[in-house]
Amino acid sequence: MIRDDYEVVIGLEVHCELSTKTKIFCSCSTEFGGEPNTHCCPVCMAMPGTLPVLNEKVVEYAVKAGLATNCTIEKNSKNDRKNYFYPDLPKAYQISQYDKPLCREGYVTIETDEGEKQIRIERIHIEEDAGKLNHDEYGRGTFVDLNRAGVPLIEVVSKPDLRSSKEAEAYLRKLKAIFEYIEISDCKMEQGSLRADVNVSVRKKGSKELGTRTEMKNMNSFRNIVRAIDYEAERQIEEIENGNTIEQESLRWDDISGKTFSMRDKEDAQDYRYFPEPDLVAINLTDEYIENIRKTLPELPESRKKRYKENYGLTEKAANFVTASKCYSDLFEESIKICNNPKTVGNLIMSDIARILNEREEEPDELKFTGKELGELVTLIDKGTISSAIAKKVLEELFNEVKMPSKIIEEKGWIQISDESAIKDVVMKVLENNPQSIADYKAGKDKALGFLVGQAMKETRGKANPQMLNKMFLDELNK
Amino acid sequence: MAISKDEIIHIANLACLNLSEEEIERYTLDMQEILEFANTINNVNTEGMSETIAANNKSNVLRKDEVKTFENIEMLLKNAPSQDEGMFRIPKVINN
Repeated sequence: MIRDDYEVVIGLEVHCELSTKTKIFCSCSTEFGGEPNTHCCPVCMAMPGTLPVLNEKVVEYAVKAGLATNCTIEKNSKNDRKNYFYPDLPKAYQISQYDKPLCREGYVTIETDEGEKQIRIERIHIEEDAGKLNHDEYGRGTFVDLNRAGVPLIEVVSKPDLRSSKEAEAYLRKLKAIFEYIEISDCKMEQGSLRADVNVSVRKKGSKELGTRTEMKNMNSFRNIVRAIDYEAERQIEEIENGNTIEQESLRWDDISGKTFSMRDKEDAQDYRYFPEPDLVAINLTDEYIENIRKTLPELPESRKKRYKENYGLTEKAANFVTASKCYSDLFEESIKICNNPKTVGNLIMSDIARILNEREEEPDELKFTGKELGELVTLIDKGTISSAIAKKVLEELFNEVKMPSKIIEEKGWIQISDESAIKDVVMKVLENNPQSIADYKAGKDKALGFLVGQAMKETRGKANPQMLNKMFLDELNK
Repeated sequence: MAISKDEIIHIANLACLNLSEEEIERYTLDMQEILEFANTINNVNTEGMSETIAANNKSNVLRKDEVKTFENIEMLLKNAPSQDEGMFRIPKVINN
């Protein structure tokens, strides 16, 4: 736990790969997972004499991102060179944006324990991704694959407004949700399409000045970001308490040991010598262009949340949960068109679907079934064809293999028994075997009824209609 | 326009260049001359002029987002001193 007399200050630089078909400055495919160096050309391999040409979709997507995060769009923008040597950067400079980013001064709203909080965004700029280095375990060297070199990125720089790892996670999840809603990125963290540089500093509560920060680069899982922030904040507090000073440096997070390590950057490693990119011309956007993009923005999470609460009667918690992921939200919308029961759909997503995903260590975008299946499942519950206990089992099945729920329950023989005489047989059998429970019930112990219903469910392997069971037991016990 | 030896060493480090003492001396003088030459521009009165973003007046030279596959990858790889399994092979980079 972070000590009460300290405050943690976190800022995130989020890199998000845009889902354009081609790279930012050449016509090579951006598809993930191709054979090494098959999505390359002389431009992204930095052959002498080649010239970059900006992809129009990159500008459009970045403006979209800016508008969806309440930014001001800069009408006059340009590209700059950021110079550094690393083998994954074939030109020895990255084309980025320095003093004239496309978007400035926005914010996103996150939910915290103390209510809603606005996290300010300083800027969003466009830049190119680097290639990938493969390290050979036999020591034969390093192998450079440039498929990813030149894939377009936006970098979203937050103000240091985040005060805990929890807030940092909420902010990142919100950005991810927004970018999924506006469909500018697949935001797959495991593939590196969404990753963050995390800046952490600490200061005594009440202090106005920021402490010295350290930076952890290229973090690509929510869990590790939370762990790294908590570890780093505690480490810094301990250093300060021991009378040491914090050095501004880049750290490497090691998720196996759960510790950060100094990367021992050279002092001048941060000297990027930015200058305007002479191979590209200025970007000038008109009001009309910006407004046309604004018109194409889809409904964003905030608005969907409001609608779910007002029109469908979802609780604040459920509405929040469902809209936090576009996958959940789309699943919800598709399902309720079929079953017209928003509350049950919302609850199934929030409780069962989220739990199963969690157990499988998967994210919502890995869901294989759609609203077609979930909608039918809820219809089957509503019609009394299956109980909610069986519905949970059907859901588990859906994770293994996508089939229509009606087909699953037919194959598994899970159809609910609503036939009165069949249920009566079970009720009589259970009563006969449990005389003590009858006596308990008559002595005023209401719990005994629950036990009897449970026994009958067991007898029918969860297939009996619970309402009918309940009523029939009551009828018999009160005779 | 003065530039110090330390600055020359710093710039050389950024460019991954190893300079001899003699070269440092020489480049310090050269660099001073270059800076003096460029300094002429600093003396131009730019008051009331709008900011120049790029070297020419063109803007928005953009490309459609359409994939064109470059076929001759072997030719590109061939430029490297060493290659293996379709990748450039370079001395081991310690990545920590």
